Amino acid sequence: MKIKRVHFDRFTGTAVLLLVPQLAVLAIFVLLPAVEALVQAFLISDPFGQRSHFVWFENFTTVLTSPQYHNSILRTLIFTVSTTTLSMVAGLIFALLVDHMRRGKAAYRMLVIWPYAVAPVVAGALWLFLFDPIYGTLAFMLNHGWGVKWNPLLNGTHAMALIVIAAAWKQVSYNFVFFLAGLQGIPKSLIEASAIDGAGPVRRFATIIWPLLSPVTFFLLVLNIVYAFFDTFGIVHSLTRGGPTGATDILVYKVFADGFLAHDLGSSSAQSVILMMAVVALTVFQFRYVERRVTYAS
Amino acid sequence: MATICLPLYYAFVAATLPLDEVLVTPMSLVPGTRLADNVMAALAQGNFGRQLFNSAVMATGITVGKLAVSILSAYAITYFRFPFRNAAFWAIFLTLMVPIEVRIVPTYAIAANVLGPFQSLMALVGLDASPGFDLVMKAKWSLLDSYLGLTLPLIASATATFLFRQFFLTVPDELLEAARLDGASPRQFFTDILWPMSRTNVVALAVIVFIYSWNQYLWPLLITTDNDMTTAVVGMSRLLPGGFSESETRWNVVMASALLVMLPPVTVVLALQRWFVKGLVDTDR
Repeated sequence: MKIKRVHFDRFTGTAVLLLVPQLAVLAIFVLLPAVEALVQAFLISDPFGQRSHFVWFENFTTVLTSPQYHNSILRTLIFTVSTTTLSMVAGLIFALLVDHMRRGKAAYRMLVIWPYAVAPVVAGALWLFLFDPIYGTLAFMLNHGWGVKWNPLLNGTHAMALIVIAAAWKQVSYNFVFFLAGLQGIPKSLIEASAIDGAGPVRRFATIIWPLLSPVTFFLLVLNIVYAFFDTFGIVHSLTRGGPTGATDILVYKVFADGFLAHDLGSSSAQSVILMMAVVALTVFQFRYVERRVTYAS
Repeated sequence: MATICLPLYYAFVAATLPLDEVLVTPMSLVPGTRLADNVMAALAQGNFGRQLFNSAVMATGITVGKLAVSILSAYAITYFRFPFRNAAFWAIFLTLMVPIEVRIVPTYAIAANVLGPFQSLMALVGLDASPGFDLVMKAKWSLLDSYLGLTLPLIASATATFLFRQFFLTVPDELLEAARLDGASPRQFFTDILWPMSRTNVVALAVIVFIYSWNQYLWPLLITTDNDMTTAVVGMSRLLPGGFSESETRWNVVMASALLVMLPPVTVVLALQRWFVKGLVDTDR
């Protein structure tokens, strides 16, 4: 890997000392557990956890053929697609609005940015309060305004809607920051030129702004998928616990529930390994994409 | 814009009202006068004050620890030539791909007894039966319910190392050339030249890491069983309906706690907005 053209080369001791803390924590808390998950995924323990034996891919076949896992994949897809779409569209709209403002830009930017700092669980709590089936104001409006019998504790669709709203709301700030940076990178002369040629705001957006934003959009797409896959555990755990009847049982929640609540180590580890492969795939995709982005810029 | 701020405004109003007025639907939109009472009630409830302190310790510990460990290792892999440099680089790179949510069960097992893997290794080579080793085999070092347990596993991440590495690669080579002509040691070059240049990056990254640490949920939830040792985020989640609270949800107190939990990270983001945006844009490149 790359090293500085000018560097120290008679200081092996120093270099090792500098690296030891980092390598030690990574080895103990990341590499070992990852290897452990990999090993466990090929073992089945007896019910008392005393002995375990090697079973090849049995845990994987059990996981991949179980209807609960299929349900979990489906729920994850619904959740990821809805959250990503909602938060990216909202982020883009806010960025366009703020970019067009003449005054008060900084104040509006602040208003949109702060949810990023809110913990997923706290975001969940705020929305849970608004959507509480008995006391929540928005639930009240749904009940009386549209006649929707709102109850996320019993209705799976409602529960899914609740976690999507909470998760998307938190992520809007992030998308907003990147879209705004992207918009500010578009040369104003291009937009002025097309305006002189008689293109209206919609036409300008469709033919100039949107294509020039596409690198940012692709990049955010990957990041949002990663967010929805892995960073939303707190929202699900505090709001719905995967329920009602598995309606919000997304993959990252299921790893936890099967491992810690059902104590099925083999299955949970097999799921961990499947998720790790998903992360690797996303990382590779992102890296290849980042390279492409560089060519865009030059 | 209203949608973004609606939940905050409602939380704020609820935190200023007495319970019976919060439970009227639709709730009033005018703030009441009971903010101080509700905040006091929140702090008194289930060791919440202590948990806020724990959150502060954990977030500060992770931020300082992660940045220190990362900047040093990045310095080593960009500025030093030594045997196994590539191996070290790839070992660090690999760990980028395994978020804690994914490897949660085995990480917990290790935190419950850090000596565990070492002992299994000894058993594997058959040393466990030999005399003198029984004490080692029975020893247990648990990180459960400790500050070390809350911080160490979360310090273990390579993202910051890569950001520092990328930054160091952009630092002109001539600086080291000049420093070496003047006879600077690795420590002098770092403290006198590299560190002052990195300060903006450090602040930007610190903001991101602080928020990330303060908002951790899954790890503190598992690693702590004692209410005195858990974090404010976990403590607040226990007040929610369907959680661990048996009684009727006191929404005004819950919302007051929610405000207290989000106050530190939101203040940091808004106060250091410029660095925050820089940190965010840097982190994901």
